[in-house]
Amino acid sequence: MSLLKIRNLRVEFGSLAHPFPAVDGLDFDIDRGELVGIVGESGSGKSVTMMALMGLIDAPGRVTADELVFDGHDLLKLKPAQRRKIVGKDISMIFQDALTSLNPSYTVGFQIKESLKVHMGLRGAALEKRALELLELVEIPAAKSRLSAYPHQLSGGMNQRVMIAVAIACNPKLLIADEPTTALDVTIQAQIMDLLERLQKEHNMGLIMITHDLAVIAEMAKRICVMYAGQVVEQAPVADLFRAPRHPYTQALLEAIPEHSKGAHRLSALPGIVPGHYDRPKGCLLSPRCRYAQDKCSQERPALLDGVRCYYPLNAEGESTHG
Amino acid sequence: MANLDNLPPTQSDLLVAQDLTRHYQVSRGFMKGHATVKALNGVSFTLQPRKTLAVVGESGCGKSTLARQLTMIEPATSGVLSIEGVNVAQANHATVKAMRAKVQMVFQNPYASLNPRKTISATLDEPLYINTSLSSAERKEKIDAIVQKVGLRPEHVRRYPHMFSGGQRQRIAIARAMILNPRIVVADEPVSALDVSIQAQILNLFMDLQEEFGAGYVFISHNLSVVEHVADDLMVMYLGAAVEYGSKNTIYARPLHPYTQALMSATPAIREEDRRLKIKITGELPSPLNPPSGCAFHKRCPHAVERCQQEVPLLRPIDDRLVACHRIEEIAA
Repeated sequence: MSLLKIRNLRVEFGSLAHPFPAVDGLDFDIDRGELVGIVGESGSGKSVTMMALMGLIDAPGRVTADELVFDGHDLLKLKPAQRRKIVGKDISMIFQDALTSLNPSYTVGFQIKESLKVHMGLRGAALEKRALELLELVEIPAAKSRLSAYPHQLSGGMNQRVMIAVAIACNPKLLIADEPTTALDVTIQAQIMDLLERLQKEHNMGLIMITHDLAVIAEMAKRICVMYAGQVVEQAPVADLFRAPRHPYTQALLEAIPEHSKGAHRLSALPGIVPGHYDRPKGCLLSPRCRYAQDKCSQERPALLDGVRCYYPLNAEGESTHG
Repeated sequence: MANLDNLPPTQSDLLVAQDLTRHYQVSRGFMKGHATVKALNGVSFTLQPRKTLAVVGESGCGKSTLARQLTMIEPATSGVLSIEGVNVAQANHATVKAMRAKVQMVFQNPYASLNPRKTISATLDEPLYINTSLSSAERKEKIDAIVQKVGLRPEHVRRYPHMFSGGQRQRIAIARAMILNPRIVVADEPVSALDVSIQAQILNLFMDLQEEFGAGYVFISHNLSVVEHVADDLMVMYLGAAVEYGSKNTIYARPLHPYTQALMSATPAIREEDRRLKIKITGELPSPLNPPSGCAFHKRCPHAVERCQQEVPLLRPIDDRLVACHRIEEIAA
């Protein structure tokens, strides 16, 4: 049985008469010890999905799902108090910008201890010891003196390590990392990626890496989900997806990366932008931007079949299969 | 290409920087006197028309301070900056004003660099109004032309920045920089706030405009795969100084300075064959307020020896490029 099972998750904003689905029928599974990447451009619904899972979507946002089961608990049926016992303990999350996610008025030590007090009931010397242990685990030098430091006294990379320490404080079964390295320099990014990978293995956590950087996913994850405008458009093992993408969007994303067009004068760019509230196409959401789009594509939305949401998935040579 | 033998600058050089320095005085607190931050510590390079010099390095290495010198937003503490043969420090007020029109800048965050209260046509009109004596009809014609060139529609000029997406805003920022037909464009991380598919559109636009207008670009970025695509020359900076400088192809084929090697190995790659051997470097960029003695990189460098702690390495030619490292002969061997 999988650790997390999501079936037909919808997150809607706006009025009931004119709802805007930020997440539109999403299915997702992850097991313990698995590292799954979710990629997509801004506005593709990756963060909203995880916020819904964490119960962080407030009114007027509406979350519905056929199934949202974590470790045997149906999260949508739980009372808020019961859900709070799971969120932050068994599922925890790392956000993109550590400096804005940490509270500037409290010391780093206080913020690490907070969840230990609430979820684990630790007090006194045991609490102090565990907090120090966590800072050492995330490889912060001079950990003892850093416990009493405030976030503004630490660098971006250090703050991100503190965030990771807070997130893994209660030995979560599932860790969600939402763009954990986007705000960091490459050398620091490499350090944080190593750290997350090591912690994930040591603690046998499920780790969901959300990012828009395909290269980060390529180096870390085993399985990858590509999202576009609130839907999963392709899901495949990393090696297969990068070798032979089957959805036109995945292909376009890969081709847009400078690495792909080495030596070429121009990059291959996907025209247009992700559709917003008022310009959602009737058919396949990619159809206005898709170079292979046929009549059928602009009429009806395709379903996710065999890991790809396209009427004419690409073959191994990267050619469309229509006609 | 990089001026390897420190020859006097040639006529064809659009921009020449020699030993450019910028120090800032900062207060350390009440009764404590001042400390000096050496944000830029002796940087030399040249830029030719239609060429792109990429400047890479981590946050805090002085990339943006360099941009502020090149655009003449701030005067340099010492060193020589000459643009089209004119020394900026010795030029009079009117000349500098005219030179500023020739050097334009594109900023990182198009959400912050456009005035939210101005329509696009007002934003694009301002540089023309200030720097040229064109009539309003002529200005309007120019605005329409540039708007089309950067891939926006004519009706867009009446809109405000909030009505555009990030990629479109960056197009507007580029139009604003290009409308005066500058000789030099300084782009400070112009695509780092954008998604990959939009990033590709904007990079293409940059390249097309360079081909058309022939400006020289100083392209500041921390993304090495973007730099590989756009650059002709490459300068890698660390803590206010260049550590490796040469043509892009030479450096990408075989990075020599340990820091350049570390940066390239840390950049994640999609294809297995593009991945370089991982060189672990620990720690973070030291504070420019209290830089380490000797080579600024010695505390993180896997090759550091005692000499690196005491002596500052100078840029010297090796293998068709300039490298600042004491042990470069051993590393290159």
